[in-house]
Amino acid sequence: MRRRIPVSSRPVSIGRKLAMAGLAVATLAGFCGFGLCGEMASAQTPAPAPPIEITYLGLTVERVLPLSYLDQPPTDDGIQGARLALGDNQTTGQFLGQSYHLNEAMAADPAGAIDAFKKQVAAGQRLFVTDLPAPLLLQVADLPEAKGVTLLDATTRDDTLRGESCRRNVLHTSPSRAMLADALMQYLVIKKWGNIALVIGGDPADKDYADAVRNSARKFRIKIVQEIPWTFDPGSRRTDTGHYAVQAEVARITQGVRDYDLLVVADEADNFGDELSYRTTSPRPIAGSQGLVPSAWARPFEQWGATQLQSRFLKQANRWMTDNDYGAWLAVRAVGEAATRGNTSDPAKIAEFMRSKDFDLAGFKGTKLTFRDWDGQLREPILLADARSLVSVSPQPGFLHQFSELDTLGVDRPETKCHMQ
Amino acid sequence: MMRICFATAALACLILSQPASAERIFVSNEKDNTITVLDGQTLAITDTIKVGQRPRAILLSTDGKSLYICASDSDRIEMLDIATLKIVRKLPSGADPERFDASPDGKLLYIANENDNKVSVLDIATGKIVAEIPVGIEPEGVAMSPDGKTVVNTSETTSMAHFINTATNKVIANVLVDSRPRVAAWTPDGTQVWVSSEVGGAVAIVDASKHEILKKIRFEIPGLTSDQAQPVDIKITKDGKTAFVALGPANRVAVIDAKSFEVQKYILVGQRVWNMAFSPDQKRLMTANGVSNDITVIDVGDLKAVKSVPVGRSPWGVAVAP
Repeated sequence: MRRRIPVSSRPVSIGRKLAMAGLAVATLAGFCGFGLCGEMASAQTPAPAPPIEITYLGLTVERVLPLSYLDQPPTDDGIQGARLALGDNQTTGQFLGQSYHLNEAMAADPAGAIDAFKKQVAAGQRLFVTDLPAPLLLQVADLPEAKGVTLLDATTRDDTLRGESCRRNVLHTSPSRAMLADALMQYLVIKKWGNIALVIGGDPADKDYADAVRNSARKFRIKIVQEIPWTFDPGSRRTDTGHYAVQAEVARITQGVRDYDLLVVADEADNFGDELSYRTTSPRPIAGSQGLVPSAWARPFEQWGATQLQSRFLKQANRWMTDNDYGAWLAVRAVGEAATRGNTSDPAKIAEFMRSKDFDLAGFKGTKLTFRDWDGQLREPILLADARSLVSVSPQPGFLHQFSELDTLGVDRPETKCHMQ
Repeated sequence: MMRICFATAALACLILSQPASAERIFVSNEKDNTITVLDGQTLAITDTIKVGQRPRAILLSTDGKSLYICASDSDRIEMLDIATLKIVRKLPSGADPERFDASPDGKLLYIANENDNKVSVLDIATGKIVAEIPVGIEPEGVAMSPDGKTVVNTSETTSMAHFINTATNKVIANVLVDSRPRVAAWTPDGTQVWVSSEVGGAVAIVDASKHEILKKIRFEIPGLTSDQAQPVDIKITKDGKTAFVALGPANRVAVIDAKSFEVQKYILVGQRVWNMAFSPDQKRLMTANGVSNDITVIDVGDLKAVKSVPVGRSPWGVAVAP
């Protein structure tokens, strides 16, 4: 990729449309900062490149208070990551004569999301970052309007979306449950903690999480000695003396569970998982959806320049970056990177470049991130962290792969149930 | 030197080894907020100096009397007097200074402000920031051309090398390189700029006048995947013949023929080898190894690692004073 990018020869649109005025001014300011305003006037003027449009399509989900009042769910989860990446794309774009525009389309219900999607497509939008639950994402992907559209799924973990229900027009920047479970199981192999007990919550998502743990345990030869359904609803556990009930319940369900090294919990909605530690009958560490958590992003993570992303995010959003924010940041950055490297503003070419062998993304994980061609999943290292420290990063050393060690996490090409034509 | 020592009287030995033992190695320890000082000859730690928060790049002043330190989390440059080993001045830097370079006359420092997308220009005499140059996201590498007319800055998330005219403090060209460019280094003749891309795993050789990439060097290390070779610091010998590239988590330094751009050898050093410095006679190269908390001394003639010495936590930068 030998390219020269002389700033002075790139023209800039100035106030083409009112709607774009803000962007144009921002771009112009960037150039004027380099003292090129004068040169711009004298430069030859081919048609100015329109901004690269990205739409963030999200469903405003009802906020459910988590178990711990310490971490209140943010109202702007996900979208803040997209906004941060937009700024990153903009800064790079100003040196290349490219600019970006982010449309934020948030809907209150599935019908509203479908409606918003149709409207955005009619308005010419082709690149979407989605924050939609799996069934709705699938519904959107199958709409006739979705032909020629790319949906970058920033938030789902659903394995069927990467498997039998995969779609050609969907790419995933959030890791699948299979990847998360594999990241944890690899670490258990390294630690020689070969026996686990599995506590499973009552939500459908918890069943999916447990499925991923079961599959992964089989793959890495970890034995699940016992599965324990969580059925307890203590109600007023946060009132005075409420802790007695929880303490007794956790001791009861783990009583008699033999020969396990670790208690894995499947509680994605954060209903009870934080209340297992220190309460089990035998002293055992907790991992899974709580405790030692495999995730795409984590607050204690500061390696490979992640400190910079953490601090930029904190400054912009006044809160810590979540997995959803990171997924959205990756998705918007993927568009920017494809536009930069592919030297194009055409959404079809950007989508094509993202899937090509020339594409890679730097995501503060110390390695190149690329999309798997068999299921559209972004390859990425998975962090293993608790609330205060980064414990490890998978793939673990020694898990080898003939093409990419990142493919030891999740569903590899030979096993995939995704058969995109 | 040691052989001479054994062959001669003890007194003569002391006198003979005097010039060499005056050489001192300075290492910034990012997580200890200290600078470790080692005797250049014995490699023994002689002093540990408390400095500002998160010291990263360090640079010997042009007159050789001071050491400038990027105290990143204190948002300032500290000036260490090499004779007294005391911090004598605290200078403004703009936010989060990471790397910097000096003008050939030693009067100005060009500082990359990692959190602010800027390069700040500091007038050392007055202690004032005299210019701020907007660049890409997460500016990191800063390299002054031998003639002092151009400074190159790399921005990690923007993946570009920005060429800045020092007379006007304006960006004159941007060269897109592979992901996460870290360090830029000029060849001594000023015709090329070498740029390392950490995640891209390549060193781009850029024609300094045409601003075009002439060649990309990649690293194939037996037994390691190509992802593990993540080039960071680059040091080119004064004769322009050999380049050394630190390969981060590959724990190796690549030796490159700077004319043919062929990798000649990989030298195993400490873990996460980050930045390097030649001894003044260029017979030795010191590497700061961030994960193994040590520095490795490489014999430039033999192309062999001679010794590793523990220093503070997360050693980041290294400088050698004559």
